[in-house]
Amino acid sequence: MKVAFWPGCVSKGACPELYVSMQKIAPTLGLELHELTEAPCTGAGVLTEQNPELAYSLNALSLAMAEQKGADLMTICSTCQGVLSGAQHKLAADQALLGRVNGVLADSGYQYRGTTKVKHLLWMLVEDIGLDKLRPLVKRPLTGLAIAPFYGCYILRPEEHLGLLEKPERSTYLERIIELLGGTPVEYFGKSKCCGFPMLTFNADTSLKMAGKHLAEAKTKGADLLVTPCPLCHLNLDGQQPDAAKAINEPLGTPVFHLPQLLGLAFGFSPHELRLDHHVVNTKLALDKVELKV
Amino acid sequence: MKWSIEVGRYDRSQNPSGPNVHGYPPPYEAAPAKRYQIFEVELDDQAMVLDGLIAIREYQDESLAVRCACRSAICGSCGMWINGKANLACTTKLREVAQDGKVRVESPPSMPVIRDLVSDMTPFWKKNLSVRPWLEGKKPVPQGLEEYRVPNAAMENLIQEVSCISCGLCLMDCESFAINPDFLGPAALAKAYRYADDPRDATVKQRLGDYSQANGIWECTHCYMCVDRCPKGVAPLDQILKLRRMAVDAGFTNNAGTRHALAFAESVRDSGRLNELTLLPKSVGLFNIPAQLRALPTALNMLRAGKMPPIIHHKIPGVDRIKNIFKKVGGLFK
Ligand code: SF4
Ligand code: SF4
Ligand code: FES
Repeated sequence: MKVAFWPGCVSKGACPELYVSMQKIAPTLGLELHELTEAPCTGAGVLTEQNPELAYSLNALSLAMAEQKGADLMTICSTCQGVLSGAQHKLAADQALLGRVNGVLADSGYQYRGTTKVKHLLWMLVEDIGLDKLRPLVKRPLTGLAIAPFYGCYILRPEEHLGLLEKPERSTYLERIIELLGGTPVEYFGKSKCCGFPMLTFNADTSLKMAGKHLAEAKTKGADLLVTPCPLCHLNLDGQQPDAAKAINEPLGTPVFHLPQLLGLAFGFSPHELRLDHHVVNTKLALDKVELKV
Repeated sequence: MKWSIEVGRYDRSQNPSGPNVHGYPPPYEAAPAKRYQIFEVELDDQAMVLDGLIAIREYQDESLAVRCACRSAICGSCGMWINGKANLACTTKLREVAQDGKVRVESPPSMPVIRDLVSDMTPFWKKNLSVRPWLEGKKPVPQGLEEYRVPNAAMENLIQEVSCISCGLCLMDCESFAINPDFLGPAALAKAYRYADDPRDATVKQRLGDYSQANGIWECTHCYMCVDRCPKGVAPLDQILKLRRMAVDAGFTNNAGTRHALAFAESVRDSGRLNELTLLPKSVGLFNIPAQLRALPTALNMLRAGKMPPIIHHKIPGVDRIKNIFKKVGGLFK
């Protein structure tokens, strides 16, 4: 299946392990990745907040680039998904805005027609590839691993933008994937809450306590690891975990996997190939359970 | 139909020292002195959660405390946690939320509890009052039969907030409030916007300054929870974002939130991408040495794991296209 692949800035910056593991598993999934190398940052909601029209123009450019490739746009980041879905929603509802935005794009060589779909890898796994096709790909079942799903806000909210009104089951896909890969999903409040990342740079204390609270809850409920479809959540939950532990005054130490890393592990790739040795929180404890060395 | 309703029971007067729990402590179920009691009720499949609770109170246990009045999403008094989400009991159908005929209701752990399903809404009212939810009218005050005249368009921005029924659902599940009890929260800030953008008010500048302080507009984590929880379409986050734009436009830019937004926008304009390496230092302020030092251990951890973004920040191909869009839409903030 051909997809216009938008890796997002973070997988090309502070979370290279996400980019690498996605590239690794794509052939197994039958995904042909046509990367949007000239698309801009979605603005992660920050640009939409300060200047909506600017953000809609930038995102319309990315959407138009996907249209030109003649494929649906695939994201691997909850935040990119949320911002692109939000922009699409606004542009579909407001013809005048669409006209202005296309006016801005006029000399870029692109026009947004509104035909492309934007789908996170997580949705594609269930809705386009299909669980039945995934099942036979599992070569190394993650039996014995208690895995806590962590969705990230922007793949769930606002429900109206993310298709959850029509497809409420989208809020359970991570659990379904975890089960399919042989793991046991951990049920806890934190799974659909905020990791705190949006406030990290200007409100570190609240941000870190937020991350710490969900990590501590997952740990208390027996999680060996967390899995997230959002690299920004990953930055706060893994990258900042030592600080989060300090902020809530509790020892933590639960590794956090990116979704493609979890899939890759079950598909039989080595932890090194998936860059599971490039995390701040050591992934060893979890990997030992499936008898893998980092 | 038979419904099984599990109710969180708790009586503050019997437990003077607790559990005015703020934020669920993991594991939440262990909250002190709170117990769950299961009631079976017979009701048709159109019944609301509130119908179930009233049936319990009328026919099974008159000591059950539940607050309600209008039964039609107007009075805002029946907010509670239904299966772990803040919702109005009077407009939530049992069949929409029940799993195998079972549903769990309780007061949300983010608010103090008076008894059973009755939360103590004092924090909510205090926050609302603290934003000065009244007009301080422009001079001259119209005399006699005259009144302030404003264009319709100016009022259209405010309609959304005016639908607020003060049910507090947004605050109950607000992510920032769950961590920081002093955060003004979604409903109060939405109300703040309603007065700050009213052309009849004479104190806009002062309002924007006040709301930009700690625990104000920059304490929101942008999680959209309030948008999805609100039963009246107020979309509090959208109102908070309008306040942020107004505050920045009015010159209240000496805060990390604004610096963060500016650094972010600059990075995208100049390279097409987010530059994670400069975002933090620029947000906390280049001369904020303690904050810079505080971030150092994390940077070192990430460096050790091979996770630091490349020191030389690469531009995406075709970055001129991006610059051009910035130029055409105009400026960073407008
Ligand atoms: S978006 Fe902001 S105000 Fe709304 S629930 Fe989240 S943190 Fe609270
Ligand atoms: S903003 Fe919505 S959820 Fe919040 S108090 Fe008002 S009506 Fe209730
Ligand atoms: S009883 Fe009035 S809002 Fe529910």
